[in-house]
Amino acid sequence: MSKDTDILEELTSGEYKYGWETKIEAESAPKGLSEDIVRFISAKKEEPEWLLEWRLKAYRHWLTLEEPKWPNVNYPEIDFQDVIYYSAPKKKPQLNSLDEVDPELRETFKKLGISLDEQKRMTGVAVDAVIDSVSVATTFKKKLGELGIIFCSFSEAVREHPELVKKYLGSVVPITDNFYATLNSAVFSDGSFAYIPKGVRCPMELSTYFRINAANTGQFERTLIVADEGSYVSYLEGCTAPQRDENQLHAAVVEIYAAKNAEVKYSTVQNWYPGDKQGRGGIYNFVTKRGICAGDYSKISWTQVETGSAITWKYPSCILKGDHSVGEFYSVAVTNNRQQADTGTKMIHIGKNTRSRIVSKGVSAGHSQNSYRGLVRIMKRAENSRNFSQCDSLLMGDKCGAHTFPYIEIGNSTGQVEHEATTSKIGEDQIFYCNQRGISTEDAVALIVNGYCKEVLNQLPMEFAVEAQKLLALTLEGSVG
Amino acid sequence: MLSIKNLQASINDQPILKGINLEIKAGEVHAIMGPNGSGKSTLASVLAGREEYEVTGGSVTFNGKDLLDLAPEDRAREGVFLAFQYPVEIPGVSTTNFLKTAINQVREYRGQDPLDAVSFLKLVKEKMNLVEMNQSLLSRALNEGFSGGEKKRNEIFQMAMLEPTLSILDETDSGLDIDALRIVANGVTKLKRPDSATIVVTHYQRLLDYIVPDYVHVLYKGRIVKSGSKELALELEEKGYDWIKEEADNIQA
Repeated sequence: MSKDTDILEELTSGEYKYGWETKIEAESAPKGLSEDIVRFISAKKEEPEWLLEWRLKAYRHWLTLEEPKWPNVNYPEIDFQDVIYYSAPKKKPQLNSLDEVDPELRETFKKLGISLDEQKRMTGVAVDAVIDSVSVATTFKKKLGELGIIFCSFSEAVREHPELVKKYLGSVVPITDNFYATLNSAVFSDGSFAYIPKGVRCPMELSTYFRINAANTGQFERTLIVADEGSYVSYLEGCTAPQRDENQLHAAVVEIYAAKNAEVKYSTVQNWYPGDKQGRGGIYNFVTKRGICAGDYSKISWTQVETGSAITWKYPSCILKGDHSVGEFYSVAVTNNRQQADTGTKMIHIGKNTRSRIVSKGVSAGHSQNSYRGLVRIMKRAENSRNFSQCDSLLMGDKCGAHTFPYIEIGNSTGQVEHEATTSKIGEDQIFYCNQRGISTEDAVALIVNGYCKEVLNQLPMEFAVEAQKLLALTLEGSVG
Repeated sequence: MLSIKNLQASINDQPILKGINLEIKAGEVHAIMGPNGSGKSTLASVLAGREEYEVTGGSVTFNGKDLLDLAPEDRAREGVFLAFQYPVEIPGVSTTNFLKTAINQVREYRGQDPLDAVSFLKLVKEKMNLVEMNQSLLSRALNEGFSGGEKKRNEIFQMAMLEPTLSILDETDSGLDIDALRIVANGVTKLKRPDSATIVVTHYQRLLDYIVPDYVHVLYKGRIVKSGSKELALELEEKGYDWIKEEADNIQA
């Protein structure tokens, strides 16, 4: 047994493979947060007056809020005045093709194995690459444009489509929503915007790769996806971050709006720097993601594979307002070493005959703590609503923890809520069986974990699923032997 | 091919094997029989490298290599195969995917290129027929929800795929009805090659009707107390183990 524990230790101590820093000149705001900084950001981005006011309103409200203490995570207090709230690569001339992209930037993508050229050529994915908060390359725009689909950086959307941004910004996550969402509303730097017009089925996966870059920079992304009546879109978000010592604050907001008969699929593979074996460094990831099924028969589906971050605090949620609307949440959260994750979802059933499905798979290794926290609320008029939740935890070794906090609130007696939960350990028997067939222990663990997560991985688009599988193996590399 | 000398092993400081000696040559089939708790399965597990058993003495040489010095996966890659008494379930991993991973790791160890999807599927088709394996089982999660017979058949199918030089069948007959037994045993017989050897661990003689052994050994209290030809198995079937126990106990006393 003790031998196995040692081996577990060894395997779970895999080093982060994406640690480097791109040397691009950054233009940064001074440290700290004040009305002046908010004005500075807004001015830098040449924003209209209404947006500045919106930011200031958020900032003033933020001053009245306190950091949430209820998540099952521990970290030293964050000094919000010690954070740089804006940094952007120096403006480059407008690019017509990927060949004009900064070679160093392209090198970064190559290291990540996601060279834009390759993506463009082989996968038919339109990529809006976000490096240090400012979009530098957007592809396939023309093709999307022909269908009336808007897919651009958030700043561009503010310039080109102010009416849409004004209408939907804050409509799902209001500026008063929570500490981090409010902070984001005040200081968000950039992000992505997508609009799918009525009846249009987006022919390709919309994808954004995020990277945190300049040291000590908070990253405050803002994403807004609007699917108009009868439209469909699949959106991919993926990220890796360079290795560094200071903790980095990341507080993104994602809002999704689905009108009648619209369907939005949002997939994430998250791999922020998790810190070293002792838990030093690593990203603090405090994200607010929420979608509203505003129209009847609409559907929002979240799929996430979370492997990174020192701390993850994230609950992609669905507000099922339209009758017959559907919300789904598929999640794999892997924690290793000293990582802490408190993640889950909220399904708020408001409309009649609404349905939701939650499949959460937690994998804990090393000294990590992995919590599922989920709320299913069936409101008074949500007749015949149904929810099915399944929460599984897989433990590797005897020093990690898995926790489940399900909350169920039912306000209508016709509602049906099911909750299933399991906790298991990777069996020595399973590993030995694989060994006996010639499979190394490391690959056996990857095989078993991928099998365990299959239900969720199956929800990902093909090329993303392959990447996610590799990531799972990489994250647990060095964790059982 | 396999040379076991004075092998001793214990679990939780409890000695189980107390000095096993056994020589196996290529092309031979050896049956290991014996009453419950005599150490048959322990022997199989120790040869495969299961960690909870501690080898406390003796040596095992396999094709010139010190077997006990190798990690379990390297023993497998060297050609040792164990058909498990209780095959393990791995949810979410199909038999096909599992075997592809296994075969390619073995090939890598031997310096061969990985099998591409087409050649792999061809191999699957060919071997499937050998054990009358149903194709639908292959795409299901490994052993999950398989019946006892299906699990055992899957073990032999894996054996066929991996083409080991030394196969150890640990009570492969347990839990099988007579038809399944015949299919499994015929599969094993068909897989025999002049350069491979088989160890059949079993309680009962009936498996040996199909897999005819060259030698039969009786294990009792961690030692081989009697060896003979296939007729010994028949004798045991008829008379039980008591006479051997008595003989052995008398010698010890």
